[in-house]
Amino acid sequence: MTITEKILARHAGRDRVAPGDNIWVEVDVLMTHDVCGPPTIEIFKREFGEHARVWDREKVVIIPDHYIFTKNHHANRNVEILRAFAAEQDLPHYYDVGTERYKGVCHMALAEEGFNRPGSLLVGTDSHTCTSGAFGMFSTGIGNTDAALVMGTGKLWLKVPETMKFVFEGSLPPYLMAKDLILTVIGDIGCDGATYRALEFDGEAVYDLPVHERMTLTNMAIEAGGKSGIIAPDEKIFEYVRARTDAPFEPVYGDPDARYHTFRVYDVTTMEPVVAKPHSPDNRAAVSEVAGTRLDRAYIGSCTGGKLEDFEAAARILKGEEVVIDTFIVPATTHIARQLHTTTLDGVSLYEIFERAGCQIGKASCAACLGGPVDTFGRTHGSEVVISTTNRNFPGRMGSKQASVYLASPLTVAASALTGVITDPRTVLV
Amino acid sequence: MEAIIKGQAYVVGDAIDTDQIIPAQHLVYSLSDPEERRFYGRYALSGVPPEGQGLPFGHRPFTPPDAFTSPYRIVVAGSNFGCGSSREHAPFALAEAGCAAVVAESYARIFYRNAVGGGFLVPFESTERLVERIRTGDILSIDTQVGTLANETTGETFLLKPLGDVADILRAGGIFNYARQAGLIPA
Repeated sequence: MTITEKILARHAGRDRVAPGDNIWVEVDVLMTHDVCGPPTIEIFKREFGEHARVWDREKVVIIPDHYIFTKNHHANRNVEILRAFAAEQDLPHYYDVGTERYKGVCHMALAEEGFNRPGSLLVGTDSHTCTSGAFGMFSTGIGNTDAALVMGTGKLWLKVPETMKFVFEGSLPPYLMAKDLILTVIGDIGCDGATYRALEFDGEAVYDLPVHERMTLTNMAIEAGGKSGIIAPDEKIFEYVRARTDAPFEPVYGDPDARYHTFRVYDVTTMEPVVAKPHSPDNRAAVSEVAGTRLDRAYIGSCTGGKLEDFEAAARILKGEEVVIDTFIVPATTHIARQLHTTTLDGVSLYEIFERAGCQIGKASCAACLGGPVDTFGRTHGSEVVISTTNRNFPGRMGSKQASVYLASPLTVAASALTGVITDPRTVLV
Repeated sequence: MEAIIKGQAYVVGDAIDTDQIIPAQHLVYSLSDPEERRFYGRYALSGVPPEGQGLPFGHRPFTPPDAFTSPYRIVVAGSNFGCGSSREHAPFALAEAGCAAVVAESYARIFYRNAVGGGFLVPFESTERLVERIRTGDILSIDTQVGTLANETTGETFLLKPLGDVADILRAGGIFNYARQAGLIPA
């Protein structure tokens, strides 16, 4: 069995499962946020009764992050609904806006708060819930109805996916990041190339990546249609988890004779920085092919692009320079926002580097990754051409359906911010 | 699930993602408040770029301006319909507009699951590419028992893929009813 099949078998109380099996699994963690939390709560109450209790208050995690800093009263009402529900159910893991506990982007917050644990099973009402698979666990995005069922019973009905395995061999060159690896894969297999399947990542280049960079790989499994993304855990993961939780966990590994739908090997030393052109994450081109394309805006943020490692990479390029187009910096979490002040490059904080370069620095949240209310920080409103570290560029994703969004690594975005045209980071990296 | 689903077709292309089905800025209305939930119907498929709306004509909105329901009951689409976000608002919005079925070449997993689990609409898979063979406004009739799609405007008939296991959930009206009937949760 693959690592995914073994985790699912364990949570179904079975010795074995095979791809295609429909099984009921016991969920370890249910995550919801401010967009899908309120309708999930509505369905939960409709189906289980006005006075129903969640199946396990320790296992329900609620993280408002999508539409936080807006005057939109409907969006603010969503947060009020979460707040009232957390109080009513006495939920210990609610991260309220406007308090010390507020975190920011849910997928990063789950990691920072120790909810991602090897061998476990986590579901969430967000398609990028597959991010947590970087910790060697099964994680997938579900809808409100499924989430309401989990909220009441702790159980989810799901089909065991086949696994597609992607092995990245070689030592990662300094001009490549996890975003380049995953955009290459998505370009190869297409936006529906992994539908109903799990994506497993392996190889020297993957295990060289820091924990948060690995999350960029698993995060974008959904952009290929994948049900989940996963990386077998190593010591780096165990250290990260042990530093954040005392909860026990049991790592799982695939069998040597596990069967894969696909087995594809990449040599990272021969790969180039890539972008996804408008309007699909699988519309891949080498940066060298589209270099010189005029831009209006650069955006560095989101669950795939707003991590400390992403800002460190961008700062390497922006230090001592000035951007020539509107450039937005959005840390994924409040913890990362603080790290921008405490992390330095040649004695200068990342925050100062960005500020001196002329960037606009926003508050921790999803911000314009998915458009949102009209007053959202960094949102597009017209026909802007944007280069962004976010994970999705379908029409209208960042707000305006007339806008064009290129997806790229933080290195490529930062290099492009300096020139106003798409720029290969190899031309500016020293 | 109706035995015969009949109505006008609304045709779109490939990879219609959930942001096109219901743009993120509209995900703030209550799904249970009757006055507010109507806005999901008003904005259903409003994120599709104008040239892709109501193919092959283009610039044809799914829901007319200032209306809350759509004259089109059946959406015909290409591959990977519903890719992107996990938002259940997407099948909900289509249903709220009056859409009873989608016929697509293929679906993204979460959309398909949400459409079935919530009992919002029937997500049929076509056995061939239909987006160039059916035009927006054609009168379609789906026989859900036999699994055929008849285009009454052109006289053509197409086979649909069997619904398989999900037919039971759709007949029950969603995953909660199904789970109760199966004794998986208390009735």
